[in-house]
Order: sequence, then structure tokens, then C-alpha cells
Amino acid sequence: MKVTVIDYKAGNLTSVVKSLRHLGAQVTVTDVPGPLAEASRVILPGVGHFAATSRLDSTGLTDAIRAIIARDVPFLGICVGMQWLYRGSTEAPEQPGLGHFAQLVERFPEGHEKVPHVGWNQLAFPFASPLFTGVAPGEFAYFTHSWRGPVTAETSAVTEYIQPFAAAVERGNVFGTQFHPEKSGETGLKILKNFLELPA
Amino acid sequence: MLTRRIIACLDVRDGRVVKGIQFVDIIDAGDPAELAHRHAAGGADEIVLLDITATHEGRATLLDTVRRTAAQLFVPFTVGGGIRTADDAAAVFDAGADKVSVNSAALANPALIGEIGASFGAQAVIVAIDARRNPAAADPVREAHVFTHGGRRDSGRSVLEWAREAESRGAGEILLTSMDSDGTRAGFDCALTAAVSEAVQIPVIASGGAGTVAHFADVFGRGRADAALAASIFHFGVSTSRQLKGELAQAGIPVRLPC
Repeated sequence: MKVTVIDYKAGNLTSVVKSLRHLGAQVTVTDVPGPLAEASRVILPGVGHFAATSRLDSTGLTDAIRAIIARDVPFLGICVGMQWLYRGSTEAPEQPGLGHFAQLVERFPEGHEKVPHVGWNQLAFPFASPLFTGVAPGEFAYFTHSWRGPVTAETSAVTEYIQPFAAAVERGNVFGTQFHPEKSGETGLKILKNFLELPA
Repeated sequence: MLTRRIIACLDVRDGRVVKGIQFVDIIDAGDPAELAHRHAAGGADEIVLLDITATHEGRATLLDTVRRTAAQLFVPFTVGGGIRTADDAAAVFDAGADKVSVNSAALANPALIGEIGASFGAQAVIVAIDARRNPAAADPVREAHVFTHGGRRDSGRSVLEWAREAESRGAGEILLTSMDSDGTRAGFDCALTAAVSEAVQIPVIASGGAGTVAHFADVFGRGRADAALAASIFHFGVSTSRQLKGELAQAGIPVRLPC
């Protein structure tokens, strides 16, 4: 199983790479578009501020990602990597996202609950997604974020915090998880394994 | 539902766990990597490794320990102790930590919080605060002071004010240790924890004073803690985080179960 992980200097890649290698994957890390032309499976991690995704544009990675999505290569965005798949985020209004999903990522509403949403929360599945094969409704994943995508027909996992939000999203071979599968114990490893085993 | 977290803490010196993690059937000083894995398998929601090594040689040992511990660990992993610069933090992240905990270095140089966060995200920076109530004040809890040097030296800073500053500088979480309660096994300082938790929007991890399962239920309830740090789990009359969480669930506290 080969997988290419994109490094755009948004946080720490070590955990993602480590969990993929633990699952037996052959991992290539790249911060330039070149290797993506040959990639058979791609992961875009990312933590921190949405503005960090501007580096995807300036390095030519955005165009390369559009091309691999057009080739139907399995693609997984994690956390900010998922948020970037949307039109944009109110966290950095001047920075466009990929627009693969039409909605806008917005901050949790202010209120009684704390923002950020940090910790283990449960997943519910509106439809059967290949990413969640073998994961039971109610299993827990680890989240750490203040912005989130809305629930739509393309939301493949729903989590409730203050209100229901998109814990995962998918269309075709493009997947995103707001939570960190690499930090979500056995549940997270199952999800990453499912991604690695998607037909390329 | 977002659950309350049980965080297992390993105190490490020169690459060995020196205290804290003492399961009934396990040697009390052990290999951090092995004990971290046992904790994760036992249902801990996160692992914290606190390095109490003071020596320069110990730093290289620490990075090797972090690397070995992180290698097979797939829950959030925090490393603290002796992180003085953004470069120190970067080395610990490269070795496999997900978060770093900074204490006196952040107090001396608050800009450090933002410097680490700029590269690794705010969620990766935990500011640890050692707090003591201020008995001379009209409100000893709200006017609690930040202490340094293992709780021996009064920095003169207000805990609530420093927690707010840490948040505004980009801390992702606060690890609050009550020096008054630490080691007493008489319960967490719930009033102080609640005061800090209400003063900030970021999660507060309570530490110091746990002696029974009821103390955890209390700090999650009255203390408004988002997480609690457990060092010597067997002191609480349970052998694993899973058992502790089972009893907390019975008390109506939302926890990650099964785990």
C-alpha cells in the first residue's frame, strides 16, 4: 500500500506518518507537486490556522491536488486538511479553499460550551461509507478544533457539540475527517486502514 | 457527547519512570514506552510524559524516550519538562509528541506560547500552572498565585490573570496543578479549578489531590474540569483508567467507554 502525505508546514506530520507506517503503508512525504503526479493515494493532514493553506496555492500543490482528484485518486483531508476541501473558512475569509464541497466552514457559536471542542466524541453515520467499514455507531474519535463544516447530504459522519456538525465528509473518492484518526486509538487505525484499502 | 478525559501521567527521569504508575501487578519503576502502552490499552484517553531530568545529557535521553514511547502510541501524547525554547519544542514534536507542556519557561517568556503555536498550532501548546491559594487575600481562591520551582517560589502572578494571558497568547489547554492539594489524596481543589475553568474558554486539566473515584466525579462536576490527570491510578482503588471510567459513568459523568 503506497500513500503520499502532503507537507505544507501546517503542524506536525509525525503522528500521521507513524500510524500509516504502523498499518504497513509505504509512505512518501512531499512538499512539492511533482510526486503527486504518480500518487495512487493521498493524505492532506494539517492542524492550526486555515490561513496556513495559502502555502498549497503558492507551491502549486492546489493545482496538483485538483488534477489527482480529477483522476479519481483516493484523497483524505484531516482536520484543517478537511476544512480546506470546502469553499473556505471564516477563520481566514481572504483564503479560498478548494471548493470541492460548496459550503463554508464556520466557528462554533458562542454560548455556554467551551470553544475549542477538544477531546473524544462520538460518531454517527447517516449512510454506509467505505471509510467507516467495521466502525460501530457511537465509537469515539479525538477532536481538537474551533471551526467546523455543516451537516449536508455529503456528511458521512455526524458528531454533536453545541449542535450537530460534519465529523466526516465525502463525495466520490474525496474524503475528509474533522477528527484525527491518527490519534483516535483502534477506531482511528481502522479508519486509516479502510482508506488505505480503498480501490485505487 | 464530548467526554471528560482521564489523562495518565508518567514522571520520567533519565529515561525511566520514577514514580506514579503503579499497577498492582507491575513493577513500580519501569520503561516509559511500555507503561504508556499499558495505559493506552487500559483505557487512558491521553498520555502525558513529564521529564524531571535536570541534566543536559538527560535531554538526549528524553528525545529517545519520546521516540520509543510515541512509536506505538495512537492516542494524544503530551511531553513536558525542560522545554525552554521553540527549538526544544520542535525537537520533541519531531520525536513524536502531539502536544508540549510549558511551565516556568512560558512564565519567564510568555511569547514562547505563541512561538510554538505558530509552527505547530495552538492545540499543541499546554500551559502548566502550579497554583497555591492565597490565604492572606480576601478571596484566597480567586487571588491564588502562580508558583515556580516545584511549588516553592511565589511568582507573585495571579493564577486567573496568567491563565487568561496564556489563553490570549494562544495556549490550547491549561494544566492546573493545585500545590495545596498535590500529594494529599484529599481531593482536587475544585473551587480553584472551577474559577480557572470559568475564566478561560480553553480546556482545563485538573491535577493534584486525587485519592478516590469520587474526587474525579467531583472535579468534573463542581470543579468544571474538562480533563483530570491521574498519576498513581492504583491509589484510587482501581487498577486501570477503564475501571475508573466505569465508575465515573455510574456517577453520570460522560466518559469514553468502551475504550
